[in-house]
Amino acid sequence: MKKLSMSVLLISLLAACASDKPAEVVSAPAAPAEAPAVTPVAEAPKEVAPVSTDALDDANSILAKRSAFFDFDKSVIKSADKPMVQAHAQYLGGHADRKVVVEGNCDERGSSEYNLALGNRRATAVKKMLVVSGAKAGQISTVSFGEEKPRETGHNEAAWSQNRRADIAYK
Amino acid sequence: MVLRNAVLFLLLCAVLPVQAALEIEITGAGEHQIPITIVPFAGEEGLTQKISEVIGNDLKRSGMFRIVEPAGKSPHELRDVNYADWADVDGLTIGSAQKLPDGSVEVKFRLLDTHKQSVLLAYNVPSKSERAIAHRIADMIYEKFTGDAGVFSTRIAYINRHNKIYNLMVADSDGYGEQPILTLKESIISPAWSPDGSHLAYVTFEQGRAVTYVQSLVTRQRFALAAFQGSNSAPAWAPDGKQLAIVLTRDGTSSIYLVRPDGTGLRRITYSDAIDTEPHFSPDGRFLLFASDRGGSVQIYRMPVDGGYAERMTFEGNNNFSPRYSPDGNSFVFMHSTGGQFYIATQDFLTKQIQVLTDVGWEKKPSFAPNGKIVLFATESLGRGILATVSSDGRVKQKMTPQQGDIREPMWGPFLK
Repeated sequence: MKKLSMSVLLISLLAACASDKPAEVVSAPAAPAEAPAVTPVAEAPKEVAPVSTDALDDANSILAKRSAFFDFDKSVIKSADKPMVQAHAQYLGGHADRKVVVEGNCDERGSSEYNLALGNRRATAVKKMLVVSGAKAGQISTVSFGEEKPRETGHNEAAWSQNRRADIAYK
Repeated sequence: MVLRNAVLFLLLCAVLPVQAALEIEITGAGEHQIPITIVPFAGEEGLTQKISEVIGNDLKRSGMFRIVEPAGKSPHELRDVNYADWADVDGLTIGSAQKLPDGSVEVKFRLLDTHKQSVLLAYNVPSKSERAIAHRIADMIYEKFTGDAGVFSTRIAYINRHNKIYNLMVADSDGYGEQPILTLKESIISPAWSPDGSHLAYVTFEQGRAVTYVQSLVTRQRFALAAFQGSNSAPAWAPDGKQLAIVLTRDGTSSIYLVRPDGTGLRRITYSDAIDTEPHFSPDGRFLLFASDRGGSVQIYRMPVDGGYAERMTFEGNNNFSPRYSPDGNSFVFMHSTGGQFYIATQDFLTKQIQVLTDVGWEKKPSFAPNGKIVLFATESLGRGILATVSSDGRVKQKMTPQQGDIREPMWGPFLK
């Protein structure tokens, strides 16, 4: 499965490279030039070949998603987030020069110190899955911000659920 | 124009009374309030602080005293006191204050037992600071009547966040005299006072991850006590000041280590593979309380300082965090989570009984005053982070609201030595 999606990725990239040059030289809009270059494969994750050669910059790619969300007090990666983490693992596996920092965060409930520890556990869980799915451990560092850098500041589950989060940040 | 404004500014500073950084509001009362009168001291109108007012506010804030107005009578010396005038109070404080040529103030005061018609306390005290001398007198009065040491001369540390700037502050326990110790654009948490009050350990994110620093409150110099790979946090001083406990993730999960105050001599003492954090030393230095989720939920455990068997202490509610020993070692205060809410509670070591001291459900980071009679904690009011206190019997409550910003992560300091 891993090999197939890797080949799909490579093919899409090559196809993008082939069509890129004319699009860059002319002032024609990038979007229409993009569409014919793509050869989407039904079973692969949604990787539409981007205008640039780097799949990371494609806003429609699964790689554009960088956050995994967690249940209260948990550091287990949800099944909905697994494809995203695996896609990043595969990208990192194919780009040995790229590095990421996984940042663990928590909602404001509990003590600030326990949340610092839980954020660390969430970041570590994502790192483990990245390594298992194709990245090298040396490409991934982790950090915890505990409850100190919330994305949302409300005192309700809508805000809290956004803050229980690990972010994959490319360096 | 500039000169005139400058002069006006200086005049205003001289005229306005010193402002507290924290506005304090008291509710509740002790089981028995001691009625006492504090007669305005002779000569205190000439000072920047009215000593009798500071004493009165301290005693009132404790919830243990009912301040009765002198109603027109104003003795300043023992020979001016007619005990028959004071039958409705238990204690009478009289005195005088005089500014000396070197700028210090000499205060004479007497505390009288109005029923026994005797002098309980008599002092002539020089001091550079009017508030400091008033707090010392309030401490003496408090101890004379209650038998407990007063904490009016102690200080608290906390973090203020305002407009994305974080300030580690130290203030008097009545909210006056707030001083910024550290100002950063990144978060500061977990302030921990050294046993003699001369240093603060704390955690900042200025290096992009949690790093523990120790800073001298005298020289203001600081150094990184622990900046290992991963998070370095939750510092706690041993009562003899010879080591600290800290929490590091350098070996994978959050584990507790001991280290000397100069950062050397690191040794690991928990190996649970779970989260072990928030260590606090017992007053005799032999044990640590800490929070751990080694059993599934977060609970409080007690372990010998050198490591070894960790005994679970808490069994009620969903999760229990942030344990701290009482100064007499007979109980501990902690954050008790039940039904999605967070309360401050104490638990007695002998009876294992817990007493929940708060009732709103958003209370965190408790610490005892050094006399063990009051608990300081962080909470919210109208969406803002504020501090609050509750007496150890739950009866007297205090809210401490900052002038601006949010405050959190409070820690009560030790007795002044």
